[in-house]
Amino acid sequence: MTLLSVHDLSVFLATSDGPARAVRNLTFTLERGQTLGIVGESGCGKSMTALALMRLLPERSTTTGEIILDGSDLQKQSESEMCHVRGNRMAMIFQEPMTSLNPVHTVGRQIMEPLRLHRGLSITEARQEAIRLLDRVGIPNPMKRIENYPHQLSGGQRQRVMIAMALSCGPDILIADEPTTALDVTIQDQILDLIQVLVHEEGMALILISHDLGVISENTDNVMVMYGGAAVETGKTAHIFDDLSHPYTQGLFAAMPRLGRARGSRLVTIPGTVPDLVSLPSGCTFTDRCPLATEICRDTPPPVIVAAADHNVACHHLSEARSKRTEELFS
Amino acid sequence: MSTNRSTSFASRSRKSRSFVIGSVMTGFLLLCAVISLFWTPGSAFDISIANRFLPPSADHWLGTDQFGRDIISMLMTGTQNSIVVAVVAVSIGLSIGVSLGLLAAARGGWTEELIMRFSDFSFAFPAILSAIMLTAILGPGGVNSILAIGLYNIPVFARLTRGSANAIWTREFVMAARAAGKGRFRITFEHILPNILSIIVVQATILFAIAILAEAALSYLGLGTQPPDPSWGRMLNEAQALIFLDPMQAIYPGLAIAIAVFGLNLLGDGLRDILDPRLSRTR
Amino acid sequence: MSVFLVKRLLTLMATLIGASMIIFLVMEILPGNPALVILGVDASDEAVLSLTRELGLDRPAPVRYWDWISGLFHGYMGHSYAYKVPVWELVGGALGITIPLALMSLVLSIILALAIGLYAAANHNKAGDVTLMGISQLGISIPNFWLAILLIILFAIQLRWLPAGGFPGWDEGILKCLTALLLPAIALSTVVGAILARITRSSVLEVFREDYVRTARAKGLSERATLWRHVLRNALIPVLTVTGIQFAALLTGTVVVENVFHIPGLGSLVLKAINNRDTIVVENVVLLLATMVITVNFIVDILYAVVDPRLKAHDI
Repeated sequence: MTLLSVHDLSVFLATSDGPARAVRNLTFTLERGQTLGIVGESGCGKSMTALALMRLLPERSTTTGEIILDGSDLQKQSESEMCHVRGNRMAMIFQEPMTSLNPVHTVGRQIMEPLRLHRGLSITEARQEAIRLLDRVGIPNPMKRIENYPHQLSGGQRQRVMIAMALSCGPDILIADEPTTALDVTIQDQILDLIQVLVHEEGMALILISHDLGVISENTDNVMVMYGGAAVETGKTAHIFDDLSHPYTQGLFAAMPRLGRARGSRLVTIPGTVPDLVSLPSGCTFTDRCPLATEICRDTPPPVIVAAADHNVACHHLSEARSKRTEELFS
Repeated sequence: MSTNRSTSFASRSRKSRSFVIGSVMTGFLLLCAVISLFWTPGSAFDISIANRFLPPSADHWLGTDQFGRDIISMLMTGTQNSIVVAVVAVSIGLSIGVSLGLLAAARGGWTEELIMRFSDFSFAFPAILSAIMLTAILGPGGVNSILAIGLYNIPVFARLTRGSANAIWTREFVMAARAAGKGRFRITFEHILPNILSIIVVQATILFAIAILAEAALSYLGLGTQPPDPSWGRMLNEAQALIFLDPMQAIYPGLAIAIAVFGLNLLGDGLRDILDPRLSRTR
Repeated sequence: MSVFLVKRLLTLMATLIGASMIIFLVMEILPGNPALVILGVDASDEAVLSLTRELGLDRPAPVRYWDWISGLFHGYMGHSYAYKVPVWELVGGALGITIPLALMSLVLSIILALAIGLYAAANHNKAGDVTLMGISQLGISIPNFWLAILLIILFAIQLRWLPAGGFPGWDEGILKCLTALLLPAIALSTVVGAILARITRSSVLEVFREDYVRTARAKGLSERATLWRHVLRNALIPVLTVTGIQFAALLTGTVVVENVFHIPGLGSLVLKAINNRDTIVVENVVLLLATMVITVNFIVDILYAVVDPRLKAHDI
């Protein structure tokens, strides 16, 4: 059975300027042991999608669609049933390890919390397990570290603590929302490697959210590119990076600084800024910034076209987009 | 630019319910004080034993007290007293406290240290405590209570001003002004003061309410306004002796104080919402 | 002992010394000879001079200050001029009433604040929240001595449940004494409790938006468990600050409210001393009240470090 199957997921946020569609009609599946990357600029709905899966969205929001975990629809579960899913079957790590840990409790206490809650361990058992977990995520001297408060650890160590906490109950799915964005560049790779190793060894599925195409290309099997709350391109990571199709994906790729880029070639930027979710067009969300946009794009939602096996693109002008080179599109 | 700002101020003012209700209540009190300068329904001063303890009537809207004085007239005249005490006391605290705070922020070093340590010490002396010290030496009286409340206000304003001014001193536009060679004195008046003015106004409104409370408490204790000047605190003091005989007399002056303080607190809250929208969003 | 504690203790001492100097400055050095205050303006020059000498006011100020302070360390506060007894005999008994009253009011206001604040935060923007916040806004505006009078009218005169004033003395049994202090304590704690309730509510709502609360929810903690284990302790930090500040208001409130209920505490004593022109009593009572304010703020500082482990680290 498919581990996670999301069908037609939409999220509406109530804002002072009216309802905003933060996520629109997402459909995707995730199998055991698979890794899915969600990529896009900030404000494109990546984090909202993650929070919707956990049902942790702010109070003033509504979610529609189906989120089926192992055959049962999370949307239909009671709040107490959801508490049993969170941290137990589905765990999450966040962008800011400093603010995501409670400053007034020791890290040990915070790691022990889900162990006691979901696995029913006694305090001594939970303590032993927390020490083992800290060791597992590569924190030296875990016996001592367990008594430390978050402010006494480095940024990388804090994120390791967050990972240990997420790992503690052996979840089926780990959601990592920009896990390395707030960290030093030198630490980023270590943390990503750690996540990779743990996911592989524990046989978990991973949803990795990032704005960084490099991170996504190196760490995921499948990828979903999001813009304005909608998925514009999905498929096998390897296929997509070989054959960039949607104008937005092309722009995102071209805007990525890389080593070995020819001297003198300019770094490309996508014109315009990430749009206000309230004022997005009803058709393709990328219309206002797309070099190929025509009248039809604004009002008609783009069809999902199968570009190749395991490679879907939502675009009205797909053939034109694929025939042009990225440099021609964004110059 | 300035018209743009004022229209947004006006529109935000109308949106803030606290501001509207607070202004109406404060305005009502001001009106009472002004009217009582020219006219009161009865006499707040004339003693007439024949007319004592009269029930409310067309001549005496709230009745008369044990000396036959008209209660509504005493309340209205008492408004003057409360407002004068509060205005003067807050002005003392504002002028000296804000100056000290600005000086501390501008000079830094030992000047700042000295001013701040001094306000630390004085924090142990709330208005009533300093009034007790002053009246013990100088004797009870309205002026001394104003002085005591004003003295208490100085460190409150000094701390607030210094804290907010220090925050502005680190901002880029102040750096730019310093780089342009402007002196600390000039920067203080051109950049620092205008930027912290709204915070000071909000604080002044709240201290205004506290001053009215403190004056009433001091007068109640017999340390503040002396007879025959009507004051809300004194009226409560006199009414307490008659509490078995005529409990209503103890209700009115307290109600007047509560209305004044409630109105000013609402006004302060409303002003904060309007002048600093960042703070109000958290509610 | 930690560096943090030593630093705070030194600050406490410095503040106490500073406060005592200010009191000495106002009461004995600024214009106004206490002898003249005691005897009144009509007194003859000889009488003033002889009293000045009797009170030791002709000696240099630093010597007099030193005498006062070193006397305090030996439990000697000087002699009351009006009652011809050591000041401590007057102050000691009063202290035994004012401190229990202040503590009782403090405990009552904290209970009131937590109950109202937490309920309002849990029912954010619902009817209960709006009503309670409206009432607390009113509570802040009511002068405590007026509330005291209202309580007397209601509970002592109309319902006759509680005494209208006075204090039986601790020999008469604790229960009787606590009953006598109940109405004053309610009058005092209503205002402070209302202020603290508003702070508690907004602080809890603020903390609910923190990232680590989301983390706690992501671990599978229920909303209730999150509130108790992760929100409350962080939310208490600003509440503590304001409690420290409000204690000063509470204490000066006792001065006034004691006079409403004719309770022979420090407040009644100091007012009597002012009327008797007994400056030395005033001086010592003010110092005692200031010391209590400073001590409570010291305790608040220590509690901070207990609640928030980050603070200790900053100080070392």
